[in-house]
Amino acid sequence: MFINILKSTDKRPGLNPPLIVNMAITVIALGFLFMFVIMPLIIVLKEAFSAGLSLWWASITEKDALSALRLTLLVAAIAVPVNLVFGLAASWALAKFRFKGKSLIITLIDLPFAVSPVVSGLIYVLLFGLHGWLGPWLAQHDIQIIFAVPGIVLATIFVTFPFIARELIPLMSEQGTDEEQAALSLGASGWQTFRRVTLPNIKWGLMYGIILCNARAMGEFGAVSVVSGHIRGETNTLPLQVEVLYNEYNFVAAFAVASLLAGLALVTLVLKSIVEWKTKHG
Amino acid sequence: MSIILKNISKTFGDFHALKNINIEFQSGELTALLGPSGSGKTTLLRIVAGLEEADRGANADILFDSQTVTSSPVNRRQVGFVFQHYALFRHMTVFENIAFGLRVKPRDQRPSKQDIKDKVNELLRLVQLENMAGRYPSQLSGGQRQRIALARALAIEPKVLLLDEPFGALDAQVRAELRRWLRKLHDTLHVTSIFVTHDQEEALEVADRIVVMNHGAIEQIGTPNEVFHRPATEFVMQFLGDVNVFHGRIESDSAIFNETVPLIEGQENTARLLVRPHDLTIQSTPGKGPALPAKVYRVLTAGPIVKVELIDRHNRLIQVHLSHDNYNQTMLKLHEEVYLVPRESRVYANNDAWTGAYVI
Repeated sequence: MFINILKSTDKRPGLNPPLIVNMAITVIALGFLFMFVIMPLIIVLKEAFSAGLSLWWASITEKDALSALRLTLLVAAIAVPVNLVFGLAASWALAKFRFKGKSLIITLIDLPFAVSPVVSGLIYVLLFGLHGWLGPWLAQHDIQIIFAVPGIVLATIFVTFPFIARELIPLMSEQGTDEEQAALSLGASGWQTFRRVTLPNIKWGLMYGIILCNARAMGEFGAVSVVSGHIRGETNTLPLQVEVLYNEYNFVAAFAVASLLAGLALVTLVLKSIVEWKTKHG
Repeated sequence: MSIILKNISKTFGDFHALKNINIEFQSGELTALLGPSGSGKTTLLRIVAGLEEADRGANADILFDSQTVTSSPVNRRQVGFVFQHYALFRHMTVFENIAFGLRVKPRDQRPSKQDIKDKVNELLRLVQLENMAGRYPSQLSGGQRQRIALARALAIEPKVLLLDEPFGALDAQVRAELRRWLRKLHDTLHVTSIFVTHDQEEALEVADRIVVMNHGAIEQIGTPNEVFHRPATEFVMQFLGDVNVFHGRIESDSAIFNETVPLIEGQENTARLLVRPHDLTIQSTPGKGPALPAKVYRVLTAGPIVKVELIDRHNRLIQVHLSHDNYNQTMLKLHEEVYLVPRESRVYANNDAWTGAYVI
């Protein structure tokens, strides 16, 4: 049966590479996938459980780990809705209207993708840090952003900024404005048009964007690392917690927390597949 | 409901899409806006709907039953608009598409669930698609989508029905069928309707009145008979149906078309003799009256009429349409020299109809 899959179904002569070539390509592809994706995942899980289930459980229910989990979920719970609102508004404006400076805005939306996350973090330190532009003013008013939760949230929002907008702009441009115009001509208000026509047309694209945005928000390391200050139990997110534990040679705990992160990633992956399937068949 | 447009202009940047349009659409009439692409007909339709805003001018106004609607947006005008590519809501069933206009009404005006259901079913019967209620737009043919788009527009009981190239995206057979159907539908509903088309045949067959447009201005308004038989301008004559153009020049007081030297285009004092292909008679001898010599080039006998293509002395192609009976009587031979006699013709000189004498 395996051989049958490898045989091309294309019956045109000359287009079928020999079976041996097909097999070689498949083996290379699967080998790569195994070495770079599946094996690391297995190792994470193996190391996490190497000292037994009870130690794994103790590691992830430890006070600092739980606090890191809470912080990670909190950051995602703020960053994703903020970018959802921004992404929807930006793609609506960019896809459905024509105005000057449109391509400039699209370029700006892409900026967080182009800039290294570490640099993104540094921007916030330079802006809000004690010696930054707004630092003295913030200190006077007793507002702490850098080395505190607000900084982490801001850095995460910046890094995950483009995901939803980038997903929606091409989709909404392709759909055009005909259906919206039809809705308006039938007497619908602007809000009714958005809720009943625009939103249902983009819902799967939107879901996909939210999932990607969420995955990145929970997994972000570089930018968050710069602004967090690594205060245990306070400003460590899950990825930072893994690093801290690893640097302390506490491998079992590091891998246990990493397995938690990997678990979140797997859930995201399953959701993403479901949404992709729905987009194609719905 | 009658519609009056006063001094309507529209510019897109430097482009004048509409130049000071004044027109009145009678209540209950089916009017065609006819013109080539870029003539401004769709822009005019969208301005009536409120989908596009006319340039703000001192005297510019749009009146529905003598009430100004210039400042009311599209969702307050209660117009039924049928889009060129239908613009059906792709995520809704046919039923939900038609019900949309009823469901978005303000709560105090919204019909009950049962009333909505009855109304949608009545409209589905009207467009003869009763058993399609549960389908999605992607599962319908072009002609079916067109009829659903029409049913959706009619659901809000519009005061005026506007159709943008309603048959543009359909194949020839469905077109002809839908054309007749639309005319029949209009005769039962009597709602004031305006449709845009670039197809003169469609306009002549369906409309009560035709507005011929060119370069953002109105060339002529009239019944199909008037615009076809009494074209006001050279453009109208050329746009409505096939026409042969013979070039000549003005000399003293008459237009002369019997030159043997070919004319140079763009010359001053030129005149054009326009004759429809069915208004030319073919003779084997010059006869007594005016006649144009030409050579038979090709004869197409397939179809309800015989199309004869001839070449005149300036190497221009001339078309003549004959009935099969007439063709059989004349016994044309290929490459034979014959004489063409216009039974009905129009002469235009410079930019106007020529009323003086002419010599062929």
